[in-house]
Amino acid sequence: MSKQDWPLFEIFIRAKSGLSHRHVGSLHASDADMAMDNARDLYTRRGEGVSIWAVESSAIVASDPAESSALFEPAEDKIYRHPTFYDVPEGVENL
Amino acid sequence: MSTDNEQLFAYLLRLGDNAVILGQQLGDWVGKGPELEEEMAMANFALDYVGQARMFYSLAAEVEGKGHNEDELAFLRDGMDFHNFLLVEQPNGDFATTIARQFYFETFYQLQLDALAASSEPRLAEIAIKASKEIHYHVRHTRLWLVRLGDGTEESHRRMQSAIDDLWRYTGEMFVADETDLWAAESGTGPNPAELHTDWSELVMTTLTEATLSQPEGEWMASGGKQGIHSEHLGFLLADMQFLQRAYPGATW
Repeated sequence: MSKQDWPLFEIFIRAKSGLSHRHVGSLHASDADMAMDNARDLYTRRGEGVSIWAVESSAIVASDPAESSALFEPAEDKIYRHPTFYDVPEGVENL
Repeated sequence: MSTDNEQLFAYLLRLGDNAVILGQQLGDWVGKGPELEEEMAMANFALDYVGQARMFYSLAAEVEGKGHNEDELAFLRDGMDFHNFLLVEQPNGDFATTIARQFYFETFYQLQLDALAASSEPRLAEIAIKASKEIHYHVRHTRLWLVRLGDGTEESHRRMQSAIDDLWRYTGEMFVADETDLWAAESGTGPNPAELHTDWSELVMTTLTEATLSQPEGEWMASGGKQGIHSEHLGFLLADMQFLQRAYPGATW
């Protein structure tokens, strides 16, 4: 079986409880079980995580770079959507 | 009749020898692994074993009390002073052979470590608890491959079955208790290996069935490793492993 036959998996690691999983990279594996083992051996050897998600790359729906101007640029000039127009009273914590 | 300390030293050496030899063997896959990801797994396993060997040897050196250290025990002893199983010194062969060797040994080692976790020798129990976690993962990984190759293509099945058959004759030695093993069992230091055989057989049989492989039936078993009588492979392995310390005694970096 050549590597070309093996699907690509995207790996997400939770660094510690309370944090969300972050994308750390991808790897090839013949199935989900092997993806989990490979992720453990490739991405957690230095104590990077407490939880692993492996997602077959083909299962991810990604935005089309060709459409990025239509998708994202309209938001660029709508600065009023940022919470930057409030005066924060002094001494307020945890805002 | 040997003293308790001498027996404990011999017992620890066996544990260390199995670990260091397998560490060296698995390290040999680096640069030649069938897949990048699997090569990393092999390298991780190799490092786990070298780490375990260091712990066993350090304790052994302390018990021996002759001023030796872990490096001297690993690099300056000759073949007949090594007491590892014949199984672990068998060459890597193809990937199926490595998987078969790891599978036979690690399923035993896992049971051994779980028993050693309750050792009357607290320093040994501590090492066993730490090593056991690593080995549980190894077994999980190795079983995955065994099933995948056994229940895979015609070619992978053929190779896996032939590796399982070829190495079978080296499994018996693990369960034959000799003087040192009996001392360990009586003193509560470690399990009587003969008592691990039922659990091991069950584990092996279940996995082989799952992998659509047939259980080897040969009854003749090779032995001698534990007593320092080795196959021809150990010498070459040690020559490789010990070269640096032999050529440049005391070299560090």
